[in-house]
Amino acid sequence: MFKTVIRRAGKCAAVAAASLMMMSAQAADPIKIGSFLSVTGPASFLGDPELKTLEMYVEKINEEGGVLGRQLELIHYDDVGNASSARNFASRLIRSDQVDIIVGGSTTGATMAAVPLVEQAQVPFISLAGAVVITNPVKKWVFKTPQTDRMAAERILADMKDRGITKFGLISGTGGFGSSGRTQTLEVAEQMGMEVVADETYSGSDTDMTAQLTNIRNTSGVQAVLNFGFGQGPAIVTRNYAQLGMELPFYQSHGVASDSFLELAGSSAEGLRLPASPLLVPDSLPDDDPQKEVVQNYKAEYEARWDSKVSTFGAYAYDGLMLAVRAMEEAGSTDPEAVRNALENINGYVGVTGVFNMSPEDHNGLDPESFRILEVQNGEWKLIN
Amino acid sequence: MLNTFMQSRLRGLIILALILVILPAFLGNPFHYELVTQMAIIAATVVGLNLLVGFAGQISLGHAGFFGLGAYFTGIATGTYGWSSVPALVVGAIAVGAIAWIVGRPILRLKGHYLSMATLAVGFIIAIILNNERALTGGPDGMPVPAFEVFGWQLSTFGSYSLFGMEIEGFQAWYIFASVVLLVAVWFALNLIESPIGRALRSVHGSEVAASVVGVNTAKYKSLVFVISAIYASLMGSLYAHFQGFITPAVASFEFSILFITMVVLGGMGSTFGVILGAVVLKLLPQVLADFQELEHVMFGLILMLTMIFMPKGLLPTLSAFVSKKMRKKAGGEA
Repeated sequence: MFKTVIRRAGKCAAVAAASLMMMSAQAADPIKIGSFLSVTGPASFLGDPELKTLEMYVEKINEEGGVLGRQLELIHYDDVGNASSARNFASRLIRSDQVDIIVGGSTTGATMAAVPLVEQAQVPFISLAGAVVITNPVKKWVFKTPQTDRMAAERILADMKDRGITKFGLISGTGGFGSSGRTQTLEVAEQMGMEVVADETYSGSDTDMTAQLTNIRNTSGVQAVLNFGFGQGPAIVTRNYAQLGMELPFYQSHGVASDSFLELAGSSAEGLRLPASPLLVPDSLPDDDPQKEVVQNYKAEYEARWDSKVSTFGAYAYDGLMLAVRAMEEAGSTDPEAVRNALENINGYVGVTGVFNMSPEDHNGLDPESFRILEVQNGEWKLIN
Repeated sequence: MLNTFMQSRLRGLIILALILVILPAFLGNPFHYELVTQMAIIAATVVGLNLLVGFAGQISLGHAGFFGLGAYFTGIATGTYGWSSVPALVVGAIAVGAIAWIVGRPILRLKGHYLSMATLAVGFIIAIILNNERALTGGPDGMPVPAFEVFGWQLSTFGSYSLFGMEIEGFQAWYIFASVVLLVAVWFALNLIESPIGRALRSVHGSEVAASVVGVNTAKYKSLVFVISAIYASLMGSLYAHFQGFITPAVASFEFSILFITMVVLGGMGSTFGVILGAVVLKLLPQVLADFQELEHVMFGLILMLTMIFMPKGLLPTLSAFVSKKMRKKAGGEA
């Protein structure tokens, strides 16, 4: 028996030696890009396209020769949408895998759980989550690619103003996205001199919002209705809205800006407006729009590679990865401090989500205009402005 | 010889201490230290829960609620109101103990598993409050928690300290701290089990009718141990919050409560060292399985299922029974 043990150990040693030699055959060490995403679990609709995007573009960049003459290596963990495992995986990325930069964090909770760690470990971190708290106040090492919910509120209210609306009813979900959106909407409305005359909420598991909508309809002076929510709630609100025969202009948030929402809401979505990524209407963008080419390419490449519909959430990961690559190229190294400084000074990067102009005061770099206002016409998205 | 060694309760504590001393030799990087520190904190919580489940025979499905309350009390008191860590920890534990007493006292007069229903509800209520009181708790997006500090001295995983003339890193300091906490938690639990209270509890677990016939005030002892286990959870929740530096309402979620119970059942109900093993295994599995991604949940379920089918008494009791059986066989063969 002792002999077999020796023989096995010998085999193991041979395999180990061979793999070591293979590793040293590659040129320089790869640049490690760490990521923790909610690929499974309740937020998988965010994490799944994000991971696919990262995988596919890391492959593509490597085929084209990598960054700074080095290959990229993607190290990824699935946080299942759970904030404490996100924190643990962020710790693993920083301390065990010793990554050069982190691009990840599908949800605001996951991102914020990793923030204290990232700040102390001093690793550049590009988050893919929405809420305004991530970059306001500015945190030295934290950046993000999606627009904030505040910008969505600003964009919607500006569009209302253009249509001469000053008093509107708000209905929002009580989940993280809806309640943060509600707070931002109330603040922006006050700033812009508009009035929220009705303020209703519903919980994620509600199946009928007729009562709340009736309350809004019966409020005197209401000129439009805005729904801030996520998941299936807004689809139900939209259907109830049509069933009640409400004729007021109707707005949704960017939380439902996807083709699957159109399928869920069906014909009752006719005429509603929402702020969205240009990715939903790549072909109707004017030819002089700097984003047109980037958006069309991303959509074509993603759909060719994965044979599934492109999503705006994947685009956040695309922009995050490209910003990271650009920052490393400009810094000329992967030194964390240099990469961070380069990230902060990125100007005029044209991404899928918008045109990024970072600064020490703004670690998001987008303006509200990067949202396009779309209207549903004949069951399709139509670009308004 | 091994049998007498196994039977002495202090020996178990010594073995645990030895493992904790030797362990750093096998920890490769700060992340490993962090993982083991978390395990120690969670294990201490489960040791407290085991007093209730394993000895009083009552099930709490809301222990994460108490854990979360402790965590949030610390977070809010130290972060928002600038308290020092220790008073926050103690006041939080007293408050949680009081809540547990109010919930447990009337219910534990009844026989049967009414406590699990009540704790289930309490756990949900706590989670909902933490989710909705945005102004205080930061809502579903969570809140940051400052580092643990005593008299202006901070224990941060990123600091560095000198201990007995040795330079140690913050994560190592936390490891030592958590190890000591775990040892104290185990020592207290072992003493409680061997005390008259512990004997009374075991008699309740064995047969509640028989216990009350011989004059044990079953309701009193059951609520006492329920309060103690809730205080364990609250204290560990406070430490966990300091250690993590960021908490979300997920620490008070129903899933987390179930995880605690699973650790107890998997490790071995009524075995203080068994439940520590349960905590270690269940904290380790997600990290070990992280590389399998798609298969993670399937393998997790499979491991749990197989353990419960083939080791219904839990990991440690089954293993130690197996070992002592082998020893006896060997001794018999030689004779």
